[in-house]
Amino acid sequence: MSPTIEITFTLNGMPKRISVDPTLSTLVMLREILGLTGTKYGCGEGECGACTILVDGKSANACLMFAADCDGRAIVTIEGVAIDRSADGLRQAFVDHGGVQCGFCTPGMVVQAKHTLDKQPHADRATIKRGLEGNICRCTGYKKIVDAVAAVSGTNS
Amino acid sequence: MTAIERYLAPASLDDALAALAGGNATILAGGTDLMVQSHGGKTRLRPVLLNIRRLPELAGHSIEGESVRIGALTTINQLREDATLAKALPLLAEAADRFASDQVRNMATIGGNVCNASPAGDTLVPLLVLDAEVELASASGRRRLPINGFFTGPGRTLRQPEELLTAIYVPMPRLRTVSRFVKFGTRPALDISAVSLGFKAELTPAGLANVRVAFGAVGPTPMRGPGTEALLEGQRLTPALIAKAAETAMAEITPIDDVRATAWYRRELVHNLLRKVLNDVADH
Ligand SMILES: Cc1cc2nc3c(=O)[nH]c(=O)nc-3n(C[C@H](O)[C@H](O)[C@H](O)COP(=O)(O)OP(=O)(O)OC[C@H]3O[C@@H](n4cnc5c(N)ncnc54)[C@H](O)[C@@H]3O)c2cc1C
Ligand code: FES
Ligand code: FES
Repeated sequence: MSPTIEITFTLNGMPKRISVDPTLSTLVMLREILGLTGTKYGCGEGECGACTILVDGKSANACLMFAADCDGRAIVTIEGVAIDRSADGLRQAFVDHGGVQCGFCTPGMVVQAKHTLDKQPHADRATIKRGLEGNICRCTGYKKIVDAVAAVSGTNS
Repeated sequence: MTAIERYLAPASLDDALAALAGGNATILAGGTDLMVQSHGGKTRLRPVLLNIRRLPELAGHSIEGESVRIGALTTINQLREDATLAKALPLLAEAADRFASDQVRNMATIGGNVCNASPAGDTLVPLLVLDAEVELASASGRRRLPINGFFTGPGRTLRQPEELLTAIYVPMPRLRTVSRFVKFGTRPALDISAVSLGFKAELTPAGLANVRVAFGAVGPTPMRGPGTEALLEGQRLTPALIAKAAETAMAEITPIDDVRATAWYRRELVHNLLRKVLNDVADH
């Protein structure tokens, strides 16, 4: 048996202290220990982006991150973005532009879109596409997702 | 998965090196290789899991004399987006630009890319072309090794289990240096290179000087092309020389068939990509 490690971090702004197995992924910690199931398990190998979270303000695949490494960091999941007033426009744009179909990719897509816009608020379509290239969507064909993000960045090109 | 006896996340280099001294620790940086490999059963984690991400000595970069010192924890996105780094070492920035996805680039470190020693590791070809050196530290001291020769096989390097890669030193390219990096895969993002190629030379009135050519994913390790380099050294690029260089390159690589490409296709790619790069440099 592996020992458990005690870690403390902030999760969507709230302090957390929990014990985790050293080999546990952040994704499994979020979904199965903390009960935050907004972050999705798609591939478990960094290929699909469904598990995208923000770690100290930078996007990361929760499935590739050791939970123990959350110690001392600020973690934001889709549940945090859902109550972030500054992301109101982005969430509404996904609805208005039909950027959601089955919805499985949506949490990761929204978190990554937020990160892309945080870095470049006026991102053009090419920058948005590059920002989202690690997020796979099986339904929309991407155009409506890019439309949604472009509406927020105010770009037409 | 493996039972881990101890997990450590030291804040000082001395503590990290002491933990490594027994040689029974697995080093964890960004985790992007380690997570997939350990969960897939490809890598057995050693009894001690040593997270090095809290070591300030391994972060950041600086100019030291004629070289850029890149801390082992520098992320792929930092290579791409940090203005100083991208300006000093455009070849590395270009390789970083074609690397995985934004999320992976935020976590993946250059130290992890080097120590993972994949024949397709995307920073390795630029580092070979740039004559980089790796700095290794252990409880008994430090040593610096040229990256050329550091890779001994897929996933294998000259690093000993008790050593930590602390930094990479890259000599700053001299004036009138041209360099190119090409990665060939089947899609623009999240693609492991089927073939990659790096080229660097100084353009002098007498011809090319200090020519470096390196290839990724065409042998058990990323490799230099000594035959191709010797052919081009001191020469001016003519159509006949470019054709000969492309032939030489395709003959000196040792590719295999795998899921991404056949050996035959890899040779064709190297031939055509080198010709394209040299034509481009000749027009420069
Ligand atoms: C979806 C996905 C896409 C990818 N795409 C690419 C790509 O396009 N190009 C590419 O080259 N790679 C790619 N990779 C592989 C991986 O992201 C890189 O190799 C990355 O640079 C590894 O860095 P890390 O910090 O995550 O390493 P880790 O996983 O933490 O470590 C990798 C290995 O190096 C050792 N190690 C790490 N740091 C040190 C150190 N300082 N000293 C000694 N040993 C150390 C570890 O023990 C481990 O064996 C991809 C991976 C995934 C999951
Ligand atoms: S579940 Fe993490 S990238 Fe697919
Ligand atoms: S909406 Fe179904 S995967 Fe994107």
